[in-house]
Amino acid sequence: MDTNDLIKALAADTRRSGLPMNTAWKGAALGALVLAGVVFFIMLGPRPDIATAVETVRFLFKFVVTLALAVAAFAAMRVAAWPEAELRRMMPYLCVAPALVVAGVVLELIALPSDAWGTKLIGTNSVLCLTFIPLIGLAPLALFLLTLRHGAPSRPSLSGALAGLAAGGIAATFYAAHCPDDSPLFVATWYTIAILGLALLGAIGARWAVRW
Amino acid sequence: MSGADDEHLARLLRGAVAGDEKAYGDFLRDAALLIRGWARRWTVGGGIDAEDVVQEALLAVHVKRHTWRDDAPVVPWLHAIARHKFVDAVRRQARRPTVGIEAFEETLASPETEQARDWEIGRALEGLAPGQRSVVNAISIDGCSVAETAKRLDMNETAVRVALHRGLAAIARRFGRD
Repeated sequence: MDTNDLIKALAADTRRSGLPMNTAWKGAALGALVLAGVVFFIMLGPRPDIATAVETVRFLFKFVVTLALAVAAFAAMRVAAWPEAELRRMMPYLCVAPALVVAGVVLELIALPSDAWGTKLIGTNSVLCLTFIPLIGLAPLALFLLTLRHGAPSRPSLSGALAGLAAGGIAATFYAAHCPDDSPLFVATWYTIAILGLALLGAIGARWAVRW
Repeated sequence: MSGADDEHLARLLRGAVAGDEKAYGDFLRDAALLIRGWARRWTVGGGIDAEDVVQEALLAVHVKRHTWRDDAPVVPWLHAIARHKFVDAVRRQARRPTVGIEAFEETLASPETEQARDWEIGRALEGLAPGQRSVVNAISIDGCSVAETAKRLDMNETAVRVALHRGLAAIARRFGRD
């Protein structure tokens, strides 16, 4: 078949190409939130003292960080699904969450005496954190990889890593409502490890899931 | 590529998205010219057939045309898709056993784009289900319309359109995969 013959066949195929990307992303976002929420409420649920916790700055700060990450990573992942994407311009947004974490850690180090640092960092529940953030984020990550596959990312691994960060941000937002450890030292250590784990999984998963 | 050409392509592609078959054919022919220019430069001395890259890129453009935003420039979008497919072809080639080039010097030297030879798309076509293959063949190689194909294969037009759509999607998926 030569190229002109191929063009004849392509031009005759007037059936719709596929869901518009904006619609696909809206569906993926909604699905990700619902699935993450279901896993969270079935397996964990919010911590019992949440009513008093919401009055503390440290508890609220966790949500500021995780939401900043979820929003920025989701936006960057959407951009990454266009083949001609310029991902560099998304970098400033992606830096917001890490910058907030660094600022939180510095303030915490100033606020706490140095002999309390170790206890706050280790916290009470790091294993739970490392288990449930990936577990809650798994379904959102799968949905995001499927949506990337529907798009046309020129850099599959990188877009998969962004999908992992977005899924991690969503999962961490839910998990933060359960987690009794509110110190930025804990968040900076364990949340980061758990979320980067999802990012790595996303990057690897994308190598075969996001081929086009 | 100047802005005016991009505007021309964008107009054709907008028409195509709205269902204008003629505009889509014109768009694909113009796109093929552009991609062929890039592909020839990329494939110099690399042992990859530029026309394979053109065909694979056109298929990708077709199945991924929902990733074009109707307010975005067309040429960078085409370029990114073609580049992605070229890189894909390079990776595939690296995995294949290499053969000494001396044995083929004669054939390589001859201009080959005009002659009917079997590009990689031929292999992808062979992998289709028989029903899809006869529809794709009738419309592409024999140049039949959907209506003529339906009559010739004793199918209704919707079934022809479905078979064509699925067949092309399958070719795009299988292209160049061993």
